[in-house]
Amino acid sequence: MKTYQNIVLGALLSGIFMVAAIVSFVWIPYDIESLNIAERMRPPTMVHPLGTDHFGRDILSMVMVGARTSIAVALVAVGIGMGLGVPLGLAAAAQKGSLLDEIIGRGNDLVFAFPSLLIAILITATFGPSALNAIIAIGIFNVPVFARLTRGSALSLWKREFIMAAQVSGKNTVRISVEHILPNLSNLLIVQGTIQFSLAILAEAALSYVGLGAQPPTPSWGRMLADSQTMISLAPHLALAPGLAIVFTVLGLNLLGDGLRDVFDPRLRRERT
Amino acid sequence: MTRYILTRLSSLLISLVIASIVIFGLIEIIPGDPAAFMLGINAQEDTIDALRAELGLDASPIARYFAWVSGMVTGDFGTSYTYRTPVTEMIAERLWISLPLALIALALSTLIAFPVGILAASKRGSITDTVIMGFTQLGVAIPNFWFAMLMVLVFAINLRWFSAGGFPGWDDGLFAGLKALTLPAISLALPQASILARVMRSALIDTLDEDFMRTARAKGLTQRQAIRRHALRNAMIPVLTIIGLQFSFLLAGAIIIENVFFLPGLGRLIFQAISQRDLIVVESVVMLLVFAVIVVNFAVDIAYALVDPRLRRKA
Repeated sequence: MKTYQNIVLGALLSGIFMVAAIVSFVWIPYDIESLNIAERMRPPTMVHPLGTDHFGRDILSMVMVGARTSIAVALVAVGIGMGLGVPLGLAAAAQKGSLLDEIIGRGNDLVFAFPSLLIAILITATFGPSALNAIIAIGIFNVPVFARLTRGSALSLWKREFIMAAQVSGKNTVRISVEHILPNLSNLLIVQGTIQFSLAILAEAALSYVGLGAQPPTPSWGRMLADSQTMISLAPHLALAPGLAIVFTVLGLNLLGDGLRDVFDPRLRRERT
Repeated sequence: MTRYILTRLSSLLISLVIASIVIFGLIEIIPGDPAAFMLGINAQEDTIDALRAELGLDASPIARYFAWVSGMVTGDFGTSYTYRTPVTEMIAERLWISLPLALIALALSTLIAFPVGILAASKRGSITDTVIMGFTQLGVAIPNFWFAMLMVLVFAINLRWFSAGGFPGWDDGLFAGLKALTLPAISLALPQASILARVMRSALIDTLDEDFMRTARAKGLTQRQAIRRHALRNAMIPVLTIIGLQFSFLLAGAIIIENVFFLPGLGRLIFQAISQRDLIVVESVVMLLVFAVIVVNFAVDIAYALVDPRLRRKA
């Protein structure tokens, strides 16, 4: 019961911002590229539900377009992590104890040892701040997460009878990994993917807050927070909207991930209730 | 035990070597010549060459890598391109802000998370547990820099209990320094405390169902005594892992938080150095932070073996 509450609440919270991001491609309440200094820093009103910023731009429209940036960066970064991590994990599990397994394992340990945000800062500083470099920086640190998870779970699957049956029927390692191991991992990967997605949103926000993410004029939630900081005593509402957008999206994704895990793995449900 | 420490020590060294190569390599790719950058656009070609020679930039990358590493081993981090002062001095000065900040945050996070996590686990399923878990969900989702901004708004701007940023220096007394670090440390600690409390709770719940816990209760220990003497010790492995990992989050998080509060720590130093093309400062600070994280993780591994003798034999 509580599980489904989590899923519904999580899907609703994060869903609002996904929908806002998609809608922003076809419609936003106000144009955010034209400045309207006469209307700047207005508190929330009927005309501007979330108020206007220091250039007189509508904050609701900014948050909607910002959702696009944050979600796109996070989604692609997690995609990179999964796209590279899962095959590496499958390969390491299929050839347990081989040199390849050892190299992948050591590589994972190494990436884990680095403070991720620090290296993300270094990467964006090296190649210049942009949304693309933020994606790469966040994506790299998702690779070992998925590689480890895949390897660990795949190893236990390799001992099961249905895999032996597939081996006896003459399928090679690659086919077994793709046709039998991977489908059995999909639940686990969906859950982890949701959690990593929320972490990536937080990482993107931090990077764009320090000016290393998407560059102006592209709005992003972290950037909006950075802009609002100097004016926080005059117009606190500037800092509220993008901050709450981040919190709701991340909270929603975490609830969704927790809920999905409970549904997929009933054994865990006992511990959590 | 000695054997265990030696294996861990060798992988520590390998990690450090690879980390140094990666950092040096990344910095090498950065476009722009520091010497030309320092002298401005009107500089003569031969002046730039002379400065390059003076900074040691004319040597081959491999020679410069070894010079950098061997310098660091002896505590010499080179000379800042921009300020012409030893990098070691610059780092030492900033470390007195960043290190206390990270340590206070770590202490705060542990002090909050332990009792909260234990309380939630021992009252599993109750209203208390649900409320605590709700708060930790929220704590995990709040970006620490935004939380920091909100705290500035409430405690610095509205209530005027703290200053909104800056650091008076430790010369003004311990109290003034600690006061300036209070809001930054709280904003760093909040998300970490939430994560740690959740880990503490689930690790403790795992051990509560163990047979030895039932035995302990059967011997006449109260639930509280049984948790303190038996369950906590067994729940410490995952908790220690997270505390170790958190140290690296705190160091990196400090970089962001220092920006919110205008604290002249290592984080501010990195950003300044990046914008001024002071590459030697960038690579040395990053290497130092990575070194700290790797050494802490090593210490955590050793701590495991001390807490859980079974792990010593596995290695």
